Amino acid sequence: MELYKLTAHEAVQMMNNREFSSKELTQSVLARISAVEDKVGAYISVTEDEALAVAQSADEKIARGEKLAGIEGVPIAIKDNMCTKNMLTTCASKMLSNFVPPYDATAVLKVKKGGGVIVGKANMDEFAMGSTTEHSYFKKTANPYDTTRVPGGSSGGSAAAVAADEAILALGSDTGGSIRQPAALCGVVGMKPTYGLVSRYGLVAFASSLDQIGPVAKDVRDCAQLLNTIVGHDDKDSTSLLYPERDYTGALTGDIRGLKLGLPKEYFGEGVDKAVSEAVKRAAAKYEQLGACVEECSLEKTQYALAAYYIISSAEASSNLARYDGIKYGYRAERFDNLIDLYTKTRSEGFGDEVKRRIMIGTYALSSGYYDAYYKKALEVRTLVKRDFDAAFEKYDALLTPVSPTAAWQIGSMEQDPMRMYMADVCTVSLNIAGLPGIALPCGQDADKMPIGMQLIGKAFGEETILRAAYAFEQETDFCKMRPAL
Amino acid sequence: MNYETVIGLEVHSELATASKAFCSCENKFGGEPNTHCCPVCSGMPGVLPVLNKKVVEFCIKAGLATNCSITRYGKQDRKNYFYPDLPKAYQISQYDLPICHSGYIDIKMDGYTRRVRITRIHIEEDAGKLVHSEFGSSTLVDYNRCGVPLIEIVTEPDIRSSAEAYVFLETLRNILMYIEVSDCKMQEGSLRCDVNLSVRPEGSAEYGTRCEMKNVNSFSAAVRAMDYERVRQIELLSSGEEVSQETRRWDDEKGMSALMRTKEDAQDYRYFPDPDLCAIVIDDEWVESIRSTLPELPEQKKERYMGELSLSEYDAEFICAKKALAALFDDARAAGASAKAAANWIMSDISKILNDSETEPEDSPFGGKELAELISLIDKGTISGSIAKKVLKKMFDNPQKSPAQIVEESGMVQISDEGAIREIVLKVLNDNPKSVEDYKNGKKAAMGFLVGQTMRALRGQGNPQLINKLLSEELDK
Repeated sequence: MELYKLTAHEAVQMMNNREFSSKELTQSVLARISAVEDKVGAYISVTEDEALAVAQSADEKIARGEKLAGIEGVPIAIKDNMCTKNMLTTCASKMLSNFVPPYDATAVLKVKKGGGVIVGKANMDEFAMGSTTEHSYFKKTANPYDTTRVPGGSSGGSAAAVAADEAILALGSDTGGSIRQPAALCGVVGMKPTYGLVSRYGLVAFASSLDQIGPVAKDVRDCAQLLNTIVGHDDKDSTSLLYPERDYTGALTGDIRGLKLGLPKEYFGEGVDKAVSEAVKRAAAKYEQLGACVEECSLEKTQYALAAYYIISSAEASSNLARYDGIKYGYRAERFDNLIDLYTKTRSEGFGDEVKRRIMIGTYALSSGYYDAYYKKALEVRTLVKRDFDAAFEKYDALLTPVSPTAAWQIGSMEQDPMRMYMADVCTVSLNIAGLPGIALPCGQDADKMPIGMQLIGKAFGEETILRAAYAFEQETDFCKMRPAL
Repeated sequence: MNYETVIGLEVHSELATASKAFCSCENKFGGEPNTHCCPVCSGMPGVLPVLNKKVVEFCIKAGLATNCSITRYGKQDRKNYFYPDLPKAYQISQYDLPICHSGYIDIKMDGYTRRVRITRIHIEEDAGKLVHSEFGSSTLVDYNRCGVPLIEIVTEPDIRSSAEAYVFLETLRNILMYIEVSDCKMQEGSLRCDVNLSVRPEGSAEYGTRCEMKNVNSFSAAVRAMDYERVRQIELLSSGEEVSQETRRWDDEKGMSALMRTKEDAQDYRYFPDPDLCAIVIDDEWVESIRSTLPELPEQKKERYMGELSLSEYDAEFICAKKALAALFDDARAAGASAKAAANWIMSDISKILNDSETEPEDSPFGGKELAELISLIDKGTISGSIAKKVLKKMFDNPQKSPAQIVEESGMVQISDEGAIREIVLKVLNDNPKSVEDYKNGKKAAMGFLVGQTMRALRGQGNPQLINKLLSEELDK
């Protein structure tokens, strides 16, 4: 049996039945990585020895007659912007190409405590800036469905690893769609939780008020299970919220009768591929069949969300990334004449173009004389976007939209046109702006057989509602069972 | 033309909280470089700040003690700039919503009182320290001080001379020490100030162009820097030139300042709300509970000493001007000493020894209990006042010994045995017939000489009243 093809919940059950060990499962995934990684390029580092040691302790538990639960003994990939103690954490940047943190991110610690078997650190756009995973210092990740195409980004490594069966689960981070968009482009399930539900401690910051860690998985049940593992208040993160922990798999009833679902028309407008909007509308029809009330609605302020997003995220990034100055850790230019020269050369040589572009945009937006016109205005837009959603959620339990305006595109096709890449975030950024949860899951294929995803948006802490809706759809369709032929 | 000086101050005071502002590192001066730091205060990737509630509490305390209004909604902002001692490349500070605003401190000058308004008091974090390497030309960074909490106290331009500035700084320092939010040790950098100074023709309603002076490391250096800057600006104006708005660096050794940067090179700090931190919400209940823990402030204490204890205004002010002196006084009183005796000792001998040895009152090796014991030894007649002065000296040198122990061990007990003293008196009279004759001839001054001789024979330990009495008795026989 090809164990690497299993989902986490299948694997845990089978390990509890002693059909195979965690070590065998882990070895199977590691072998799969060896077999396809050349084509996919999902990982920056693979941590075989550490993984096998963790698998071993899961197996010892089974040997003692105990049962595995949750994600215990299951191979998982961690996006390389989450700090892993004594394990290289690069953010896909030359700047941190030698950085080994002496601490774990809280989400990573929770995965470790939950018995997850970390098999490696996943590739990404440098510092999570990008929508294609082309902006990595180390390598470009390919879409497992067509290796000439991008996997999306910035969590492209995490999504491609799960789609290519190089990991059973993965953690990604989402600042403007960075989990949901690659999940959609790679045909897997990805979720951005409500801002504050998962601790950001140890997640290398891109834009602090927008960043959120979330699960990438092969199906909705695994997604809920991994969410269970990583949520919870953290004293080390002031923005982490006190919200009672719960078992999110409890929401997976399959019953969505009476669910009120809104289809915001602005998300189906110009620039969205016909194949995409039709696939999502077919999903809407399916929901009606299943007993949901589906209705078109409007989120007028959405059109401003993208501009506000690029100002806020770049402004915060310009400050968050200032610490990479060559003084204390990370890359330092080899030759320099004085302090200013040290800073200039280190940062010129250590950051890639996309990161530099965002730092410049952000620095400009915060500059004296421009602050009011850009940053302050963007914060005002943010409030309006939130209110728009609040009003919609007075009528609807969840909203259904596309994730990406198109299916995966050719590697290199947007390199010369960053604006086009930014426009691809139009369906996802509004959730980050408003702090709302969203889940992306497969709902179709385009003419080239590339996956198309849909997005369910919930109200704050409405994870259970969107998980329930996603699960009901998944049970009635076969899209989640699609696998790339690698 | 006569010029008036206009001064505003920005005072930074390190808060004496147990832990740092945004992590659980110990907040302690000194230590081997980079031993009091962690991933959070040394700005490692991915870490997050969590505000220490005590920092806000201490800031509110400082605000209440300086008559400030306390905001009900504050936030923290990032001040962005690159420097190797600032590992995040931004300082967490407060931009437009400080914790405290609109307060004042009244300072007592010779013959008048000046009200100096406090614009704001906000919280922020300290930076690390650059150390020049003993090995070659490199510069090293010590992050121990990173993240140590500070309050910045900003005044309105209400100060009119360097002397007023000095008194303001002393008064402020005393208040901060009374409320125990800072130990205010200048030599450890826990109190620092920047000076803004301008001059204008006397009677003018408009302010002149101001310059800011940095690197002022003591109150006396502040006075020197202000006096220098005042003269510099007046000379410029008198020779028809203009003062340009700039930041200058004071060099106390050379006694002069040098240009650091002009207004045109002023840095753009790109302040914006720190998205890693939440709003600071303060309710009335919290403010009132902090207010209720405020100790008696110098001004209140002074009034009480004058009223309840009948000290003179001068004495009361002298003792209250330093928290440690007031504590010494209160403790001595609590241990039974009379207010008058305790005040006299503190104002004269104790202050003299402290001054001579350049010891701050808070570093005094003994406390009020010991002072009270010393006073009671005099009251009981065990030692004389002059011996007590010697005992006091020994108390400074032998802090582990009580006054009674010192008296006993060094044989300083006063001789009050009438028989023993009379014996000596008779001997002295016998040895000094000339003086006896002088006395009998009406030269009363001879008495002093005879007392001195007797005291000397008793090695200074004779009871002076008794010596006087017995000498008079014998001479008048």
